[in-house]
Parts: sequence; structure tokens; C-alpha cells
Amino acid sequence: MSIQEVPQGRLRSPFYSRLQALDTLNTWHEWKGYSSADALYCAETEYFAIRNATGVFDLTPMTKYRISGPDALDYLDRLVTRDMQKIKPGRVAYAVWCDDQGQVIDDGTIFHLREGEYRLCSQERHFAWLTAAAIGFDVSVVVETAEVAALAVQGPTSFTVLSSMGLEGLATLKPFGLRHFEFAGTELMVSRTGYTGDLGYEVWIAAEKAELLWDALFAAGQLHGIRAIGTHALDLARIEAGYLAAFEDFLPADTTVRTGRSRSPFELGLDWLVDFKKPNFNGRKALAEEKRNGSTWRLVKLDIEGNKPAHHAYIYAKEKRNKKEIGFITSAAWSPVCKQNVALGTVRMPHGKTGDTVWVEIFYQREMHWTRVMAKAVVVDKPFWFPPRRSLTPPDPY
Amino acid sequence: MTDRYDAIVVGAGHNGLVCASLLAKAGKSVLLLEANKQVGGAAITRPFADGYSVSAGAHLLYQLQPEVQKELKLNIKMAADNLSTIVLSANGRHVRYCGDEVSGVRQKDVDSFAEFHQRMTRYADLLRTAFNKPPPRLGTTNKKDLLSLARFGFDVRRLGKIEMREFLRLIGMNIHDELSERFDNPLLKGGLSLDAVLGTHLGPRSPNTIMTYLYRLAGNRGRLALPVGGMGSVSDALAHAARGAGVTIRTNMPVKRIIVENGRATGVETEEGERFSSLTIVSNADPRRTIMKLVGARHVETRFTHRINNIRMRGNAAKLHLALDGLPTIDGLTRKDFGERLLLAVDENHVERAFNPAKYGESSPSPVVEMTFPSFRDESLAPTGKHVMSAIVQYAPYDLKGGWTDTAREEFRQAAIKAIAQYAPDIEQRIIASELLTPVDIEREFHISGGHWHHGELTLDQFLFVRPVAGAAQYQMPLDGLYLCGAGTHPGGGVSGAAGRNAARVILSGGKPV
Repeated sequence: MSIQEVPQGRLRSPFYSRLQALDTLNTWHEWKGYSSADALYCAETEYFAIRNATGVFDLTPMTKYRISGPDALDYLDRLVTRDMQKIKPGRVAYAVWCDDQGQVIDDGTIFHLREGEYRLCSQERHFAWLTAAAIGFDVSVVVETAEVAALAVQGPTSFTVLSSMGLEGLATLKPFGLRHFEFAGTELMVSRTGYTGDLGYEVWIAAEKAELLWDALFAAGQLHGIRAIGTHALDLARIEAGYLAAFEDFLPADTTVRTGRSRSPFELGLDWLVDFKKPNFNGRKALAEEKRNGSTWRLVKLDIEGNKPAHHAYIYAKEKRNKKEIGFITSAAWSPVCKQNVALGTVRMPHGKTGDTVWVEIFYQREMHWTRVMAKAVVVDKPFWFPPRRSLTPPDPY
Repeated sequence: MTDRYDAIVVGAGHNGLVCASLLAKAGKSVLLLEANKQVGGAAITRPFADGYSVSAGAHLLYQLQPEVQKELKLNIKMAADNLSTIVLSANGRHVRYCGDEVSGVRQKDVDSFAEFHQRMTRYADLLRTAFNKPPPRLGTTNKKDLLSLARFGFDVRRLGKIEMREFLRLIGMNIHDELSERFDNPLLKGGLSLDAVLGTHLGPRSPNTIMTYLYRLAGNRGRLALPVGGMGSVSDALAHAARGAGVTIRTNMPVKRIIVENGRATGVETEEGERFSSLTIVSNADPRRTIMKLVGARHVETRFTHRINNIRMRGNAAKLHLALDGLPTIDGLTRKDFGERLLLAVDENHVERAFNPAKYGESSPSPVVEMTFPSFRDESLAPTGKHVMSAIVQYAPYDLKGGWTDTAREEFRQAAIKAIAQYAPDIEQRIIASELLTPVDIEREFHISGGHWHHGELTLDQFLFVRPVAGAAQYQMPLDGLYLCGAGTHPGGGVSGAAGRNAARVILSGGKPV
């Protein structure tokens, strides 16, 4: 008698069969209803695939919305804080959108697929908000999360892998550009985007062709160190790149209950995304007021002494812990590629200016016993990992 | 170069006229733009058949505020004042009421009615104190807001312990339960039920119908009048006052959009492409039309558009106008009685049953009716010896299932005439011409979204501090320079001028609480 599998009530991505075949750890978590792997064989090895070869991450659970209709541009321009008029067809925009109080609901990427046709991608689901925002616009917002399978193909050899898969003309694709290719009788969209801060692409295809794409990709990548990766490896890479994660570095405004627990774009270091010169966008009035009166919080990137990751640590202005803390760490890691102890954190204004020294109180356990160190940390403004190959066009072959 | 004004008022309804006049009297240069060829909005007199004219929208005057009359020095001549209401009975034993007196019912109901009327007018007077000032904003620390809020609380408390408790008990209640508790006579209950639900998407068993009843009394204790020349003469008097104050009125000038630049209203553009600029734009149009059509969702916040878009404003009252070659015969009515207000409602259940189909997007097969024969007191409205009947017929839902096709309209017209013929059997022979205005027609003619004469259901969730919606109660829209002055704002619909006057006061105070 065989023992039956316990159904988890989770959706399987169209790449599930391929991921399962590679999986040796059986450690999965839930991501917006889908099963998503923490790691498949070893998070560290998978991480090094991103930095030294090519890591492939299943992006399908990313929530995807198709936005089209005569008012699509106006709609998006009102939705997000940056100027969408500047995002031409074939370009991708990283953007944040705010509630009426100017508090960030989420960040995501908006792909201008064709004239007047867009795809918005985010980690969290926002159909209710996007629908409410559509009132008064001639626009259609369709969820296409399940219909579109997607993979992040990231790392120094990713260009070579995709080129040897037969995608001609990829060399001229600039960062935040997208291009359509013919693949297996259908359309394959490739964008030069990612969450790793490295050379990398994201590939998008109809769900029913997902496995064909996977197989072609891995066949092409065999000689170039291609590896499937899980969330742990990706998370480490995104911290090195200084990217934010919802529910880690900020809470979507619509999920907060207490006042002061949500964040404005300014408080997340996203000033560059807020364009007061364009016509009205949601939250504009509140953000203009915040701009005048000053923000409460500041997001900081910290280069911390030592090698103990500063998970969930309090941040102090002085080494002596007699004063009240000024903030806390939201994401932390020892960065293997930078050989640095890095973290993202939130501090109260006016603390945390670039170059400031702060102190991070790190607790760590050694054989059950807790130890505490006050580690000196410097506020930096650049991402920890920012290799030239990230933006080099055409990319160098590896 | 475009013409520049201190203020531009969009829409010359009675509130627009009042607001424009008061702004002009305060020394502002004011431009008033009206889409129709005639000012007055839904308070107009216009022909509907050869030689016959009627008050096409509102047909009785009962709410015009003395403050408005005084400040604008209006002198409106009445053809009839203090009209009685007669609830018709098929067997000629009609019930009449006026003020606190009722006849045609048993002594118990007579006594009960006096008490009922006394209590209702006391509460209505309380509401009236809130009528003529902008509602205080909630959640602010502004002293004037807090003081105004405290004063309202104090006014409620001043009723005394028992009356305050009664007020708080009744305000959210339905009229049916209160009437059943007090009265026996079905016609009386029918008539009062109809009073409470006229012009609403509510039945007598709907919560909040005591409040709509109080609202009716709040303007002028429910005292009904017919102006000479119909409701149009009220608007003419207002227009005269406006011109006298220096307002530039331009008719046949539908506004296409309110121009927004750098996050504030800066002017308007007409359908014909003419532009006028001003840093104060006042819209007499309903809140939904103002925000969704004239301003555009683009220029306001998402949750705000959501709230505006969800204002309940489904019109449910139709107007029926009949040109008659003579007065019909109604059993038990003297000739003089045709000058009064006649109601057709057998009992409170009749009103509720008439409402039932409307809940599901169907019109009433057996509608309830408020009827007047304005030509009886005012010969200017019809050729000599002929008459005009003006009636409000309920219920005719705006979003009728299948739409207001010719068949649907004819069906409802027939139902209305059949309802009237039960009391006036010869009505059909006397009809020379007729006109039915469904809420869809009312929307088209008067540019009111949903054809709802209050520009939004008058219910507790859309009243006082939250009218039209939370966050925009003080006539100011969350767009700099944009104000509302119509029935969609506090206190609500009815030809009262209160909204227009309150809006003008807020604008003149520079947007500070008054």
C-alpha cells in the first residue's frame, strides 16, 4: 500500500514538474496561493549560480495584470507616482503606487508591451485597488497571473544562455527594455529586468508552453552553469542589490492597522520615483504636504562591522545604549560576493544621512546561549552589489 | 485670452442662482453658466402642450428659506398658500390634513395626529437649525467645527431628556412602524407614508423614512404653496436678483469640463470650446456629474472617486403632466378642492407594494400619486376653461430592467392614468395631451445623474457631515478651488436655496468653517 500525498491546497506553477524533478530538499512555501521552493538543493550553491553563472527562478506566482483600453496610459499615470508618459512601448518601469494618503501600497514593474497595452507585476495582489482606481477610466484590468508563465534568468552567463537558445538581437536590449520573440509557435517576451542587481532577464510565455521553454533554456544553459534556484538565494541577491521586499522592508498600506506603520515613497528612498511635475497621481496632495513638512522615517542601507547578520536588530545613534533606539533592521545578510555584512533598515528622521555612523545591536545564538554585540555601521547610498555588467549593452559573453 | 472671473458657477439651478447672487453681492465678479436655454434647473415653468404650461420639475414650493428670501429681497407672489392635503378615497370619504389638523378620521386619530404633528415639527425645527449653516467637519481640531458640533449636540439635548430619547429613537426608524402605532385610518397612514417617501428610493418600511419625513417638514413646517406662474417664477425672481447683484448669466452654455492645472481648478471649458478662467469654480451639478464628468477621475484620489461613484442616487419618481379640457369628476370633492394637493394611496401597504417592484428594477403596476391642478389657482398656465394636472408618480426606477423603451413608458403612463381613473373615471376623456418624465428624462432635461431630485438619496449615511460623501461635506471638493453648491450637498434637495447660500458663505470665508 502506498501512502497518499497530503494535498496542500496550493496551486502548481506550469514549471512545477521541472522544479519537482530537480528538487532534493522538499522545502516549499506558499506565495499568493502557489507553491514556491525555498531552495531546491542548497541555497548557497543556488546563490552562487546567480552571481557566477545563471540562476533560474520561477516567477509565475508574481501577480500579473494586463492593462489596456483607450485610457490605459492615463489610468497608470494616475495610479503610480512616476511619469508614465515617458515609458514608451518596449520599455519597463519600476514604480510604486500609493493610497489617497500617499502611503505605499506596493511596488512593481510596469511593462509597456505594445502601444497602449501594459502589464503590471507585483509580489502582492491588488485587484481590488486596481479596480477601484479604474472608476472613471475606459480601461480594462485583467488578471493574467495563471495564463502567463515567467522565469527570471539571472547572472553573468544569462545573456549567453538566452542567445544560444536562438534569441537573435538580444544583444541590443538595454536594461529596462523588453522585446518579443517567436518561440515554439508562440510569443516569448524577454525583458532585461530582475531582482538580483546583476545582468539578467525575465522571460514570459503562455502557460501551456512553459515546459517547452524550460527545457530549451536548460538545454542551452547546460554548458553555462545554469541552475534552478529558490527564494532563499534570490532573497540574498536582492538584499545585496538593495531592493525592497513587501512585508519585509515595508508593509503595503492597505494591510496596516496602526497609524504610522505604513510608509511613503520618500520614507522608502524612492524620491526619484515621485514626479510632481506630471498631472495628478494618487496620493499627490498628501505627498506634497509631506515634502513640505518632512518625513518621519528614512530607509537606510547599512554596511555593518563584523560578520553576524543583523536580523531584526535595533539601530542606535550612539554605541552606549542609554538613548532610545532610532530604528530597526528590516533585511539583513552576510553578502558572500561583497564580503560585507549588509542590511536594509528604517530609521527615524533626521538620522541616517549618507555617511552617518550608527550602531546596530545584534543578538546571536551560540550553542543555545545568546550573545550581544554593538556593531558599528555606516549608511551608504549605493547598492552593495552593482557590477558594470548589469547595465553593459551589449553584454559580454561568458 | 480667456475671460477671468472671481467665481464661475456651473449650472443655474435655484442653488446656483442663490450662490452666484450672494457671491456677487459680496463684490465678486461672477459668471453663471447654464446648459439649458432657461435658468432654474428643475424649478422651471415650461410649455408641454400647445397653450399649456407646467412646473416641469418641482411643482410645489415648501422649503424656500426665509434667510434666502430676505438676503436676496425676493418677492414671490403665491397663487395659493398653505394648501391642504387630501388623500382620496374611492368611496368619496376623503381624508384631509393641513398643519396639525386632520378630518375624515375618527377622534382618536384626530388627537393622535395633532400630537404626532407637534412632535414631528419640533424635531423638524431642530433639523432646520442645521439647515442654514454648513455642517461641521468631523475629526478636525478646528474650534469653529467643534463649537458647531457641540451646538448641534446641545440643540438635541435641549429637547429635554424624554424628547431627546424619542428623537434618537425615531431618527433612524421607518415611518410605517410609527404610523401603525399611532393611527387607525388607512388613508391617513397611506398619505403620510407617501409624504415620507416622495422623491426617494425608499418605501415606508425602509429605515430612515422618518428622517425623510422630517426633512420635508424642516424647510417650512411642511407648509405648501403654489407660486403664481409656477415654479419658474421663483427661478425668475432669483435670476432677477442675480442680475441685479451683477452676475453675468449665460444660458445655452453647457460646460464640457472643469479645467484643472497643477492640482487646482482654474476654469471651465464649454461644449463649444469657449474657455473662462477663475480660481473659484462652483458646481451646481450633482456631485457625481461634477467629479466624474466635469473634472474627471484623473484629478482626484481613488477612494474619493469610489465614494462619489457610490452615492446612492437612483431616481424613482416620474412626473406626469396632463393637458385637460376641463376638471375631472372626483366623487366627494368640491370644486374648490382641486386647488389642494391630492394624494392617491389606499394605505401604507399600497405605498410599500408600489415600491416592491422598484427594488428589482421594475415599475409599479399600481403606482402612488401626488396630484395638483395648478391651473385651478393660476389661469396663466392653461387656456381659459382648460386645466393642467401635474403629478408625481411612483415608482419608476431610473435603471428599469430593459430600459425606458417606448413600450415601457406607455405601460407606465397607462398605469398612472389607470390609478387616477379609479378616483376620476372621466380623466381619460379629458386628456388633450400628456407628457411623462421618467427619471431618465429628468436626467436628460435637468442634467441630474440618476434623475434623483435630491442629487443623492437623503439618508443618514448621506446626511449632514457625510453629504455628499465623507471628506467633502463643507461644499469644498478635495481639489483646490472647486466647490459644490447643489442639492447633493448639505442639507439636500427641495427648492430651499439653503445649499447655495451655505456654499456661498463657505466660499466667502475663504474655505474656513463658518
